[in-house]
Amino acid sequence: MTDIKAQVDVLPGLDPRAPLLQINDLHVEFRTRDGVAKAVNGASFWLNPGETLAILGESGCGKSVTAQAIMGILESPPGHITRGEVRYRGVDLLKLREDERRRVRANKIAMIFQDALSALNPVYTVGFQLAELFRAHRGMSRGDAKNRAIELLDQVHIPGARSRVNDYPHQFSGGMRQRVMIAMALALDPEVLIADEPTTALDVTVQAQIMGLLAELQRQRNMGLILITHDMGVVADVADRISVMYAGRVVEEAPVYDIYAAPGHPYTRALLESIPRLDLKGQQLTAIRGLPPALTDIPQGCAFNPRCGYAKEPCRQDPAPPAYAIAPRRTARCHFFREVLGD
Amino acid sequence: MFRYIVRRLLQMILTFFGATFVVFALMFANQDDPIQALVGEKPISDTLRAELTERYHLDDGFLSQYWHYMSNLLTGDLGDSLTGREISEMLSSSWPVTVRLALMAIVIAAVIAIAAGVWSAIRRGGLFDNGTLMFTLLLLAMPVVVLAPVAQWIFGMELGWFPATASRNATFYALLLPAIVLACTVVATQLRVTRTSVVENLRADYVRTARAKGLAPRRVVWVHVLRNSLIPVITLIGVDLGVLMSGAIVTEDVFNIPGVGSKLAQGVRTEDGPLVVGFVSVLVIFFLVMNLVVDLLYAALDPRIRYE
Repeated sequence: MTDIKAQVDVLPGLDPRAPLLQINDLHVEFRTRDGVAKAVNGASFWLNPGETLAILGESGCGKSVTAQAIMGILESPPGHITRGEVRYRGVDLLKLREDERRRVRANKIAMIFQDALSALNPVYTVGFQLAELFRAHRGMSRGDAKNRAIELLDQVHIPGARSRVNDYPHQFSGGMRQRVMIAMALALDPEVLIADEPTTALDVTVQAQIMGLLAELQRQRNMGLILITHDMGVVADVADRISVMYAGRVVEEAPVYDIYAAPGHPYTRALLESIPRLDLKGQQLTAIRGLPPALTDIPQGCAFNPRCGYAKEPCRQDPAPPAYAIAPRRTARCHFFREVLGD
Repeated sequence: MFRYIVRRLLQMILTFFGATFVVFALMFANQDDPIQALVGEKPISDTLRAELTERYHLDDGFLSQYWHYMSNLLTGDLGDSLTGREISEMLSSSWPVTVRLALMAIVIAAVIAIAAGVWSAIRRGGLFDNGTLMFTLLLLAMPVVVLAPVAQWIFGMELGWFPATASRNATFYALLLPAIVLACTVVATQLRVTRTSVVENLRADYVRTARAKGLAPRRVVWVHVLRNSLIPVITLIGVDLGVLMSGAIVTEDVFNIPGVGSKLAQGVRTEDGPLVVGFVSVLVIFFLVMNLVVDLLYAALDPRIRYE
C-alpha cells in the first residue's frame, strides 16, 4: 500500500496559493417521488487556513447537505449536485474521479457528525476504527496504526487511552464519543474540518469542553474549520465569520462581531432576536413567524419574504436579491439592507 | 459469560426431558400393534408375541415404560430398536453422512445467500435484485418433494452430471446434488434476510462516517456493513442447520442416502417407538446445542450484547 498523502499533493491543478476552500454557486437537489426538493440553491462561501466559519441556519436550510456535498458523501440517488464548484486549493473537487476524490477525504477535508453514537460503527473497537485510517491511507502495519490510534486518543484528552483503545463506542460517554469522532477526523492531519452540529447531542458543560478542544486543535494545526450549527450562542464564542443560510442560500455573510452588532438581513435579525437574553428577562421572547419553506416549493423572489417584516413588492418577484456588498467583507441578500442595518 | 453458559445448560436439561416426554407420549399413543408392524404381513405365533411383549415391556403402563426408557437412556443406553439392532449403533452409522450432507448444504446456502443478498442490496432495484427476487420466490414456492425428484431426474439421470443416489460412504461429489437440493430449501429465506439487513444498515450513520473516512466502497460494505448485517442472518443459519439435520427426510429418501432422516422415517412407518424416541432425543440435544452456539456467536458479532 502506498502513501496516499503524496498522491493527493500532486492533484492536477493544485495551487498552494489558491484559497483553502471556496464554494461557488453550489446547487443540490433531491429527486424524490414527491418531486424535486431544492436543498441548496447557489450557496457560496470561502474558508482560509486557521479560520472558523460558522454556517448558521434552521433545520432543513441546506447546511448539512452543503457539508455532505463538499465531502462528496451525498447519497446519490436521490441527491444530485446540479451546478457549482467546490474548490480546494484551486482544484474543483466535483470534477475529480471518484478514486481521486476519495483520497481527498480524511486526508485534506474531514468531517465530524452530530450523533457520535450512531456515527461510529457499533461492532468495532474505537481503536480499529481509528487505525483503519492509517492502514487504508498510509499503508501502516496493524501495530503501528494502533500506536497512532492511542496517540490520537491522547491528543483529544481521553484518559487511559492505552486501555480505552480496545473499547467499543457504546462503552464511552457522549462527550468521550465525540472526542473519538474528533480524533478520527484529525487522524490524517486534514487542512479543513467540517463539524456538523458537533455538540447538539451533548449537555451544556460537555458542549463547552468539546468546543474548547476543537478550538485548541484548530490552533495547533492552523486548520480551517467549518462549524455547522443552529446555536447562535456557540457561534459567538468560536467563529471568525458567519454565513447565515436560508432555504439553501447564504443570505448574509459577515465577521462575527459585525453581525451581532448590526445584522444586515431580516432573517439574521430575527434569529438574534429569538435568543433569550438576561437583560430582557420577563419579557415575551420574539419568535420568527411561520415555517421555513418546503424545499419542493420555495417562494419566488427572496425565499424569506412570506415571514419578513421588511418585505415589499420587489421581494416577491424573481430574481432573488443579489448578494449586496453592504460593508467591507460583508454581504447580504436583502434589497432593504439599509433599513435592516439602520434599525 | 461462564455463568450464562452454565445456566443455559441447566435449562437444556429441562427442555430435553420435556421434549423426550412429548415424543415418547406421542409414539405411545400412536402405537397400534408394533409387533405386527415389525413382522409385516405375516402371521405371528403366540409364544413369540409373548416373548417380544415381555422384552419390550409392552404390557406395562405408560409411565412405567417411560421410566424404563429414561433410566436406560441416562446411563447412555439408547436401547434396541424393535428390529433388534442397537439404536446407538444405528445412530453412529447413519449420523456421519447426514452431518456431512447438512454441513455441505448449509455452507452452499450461506455462501450463496450472503453473496447474492449483499449484491442485490447494493444494487437494489436493479436487474440482479429483481432476478434474485423472482428466483427466491420460485424456490419458496417449490416444495422439496418436487425439487428433489426433479433435480435427481434432470441432473442425475437425463444429463448424468451427478450420481443419482448416494451411499453411506458417499464421496463429496456424490453428495453434492442432494446437498444443493437441501440448500435450496433454506437459501431463499437466508437471502431475503441478508438483503433486508444490508439495505437497512447501508442507511446507517456509521456508513456515512466510513465513506467520509475515504474508505473504498468495497471496504465500507464488506467490513463495516456486513458485520452489522450478519447478526440476524447468523441466527437463521444456526436454526437452519438444525432443520437440515432433522429435515433431510425427503431428500435422503429420494437420493437413497442411509442417513438419520431416512432411518427416522423408517422408524415412524414401522411404529418403532424406541428408534424414534432415541433418534429424536439426539436431535433435540443437537438443536439445543446449536441454539446455544448461535447465542454465543451473537455476542461475538455484537459487542453490545453481554451475557450475565
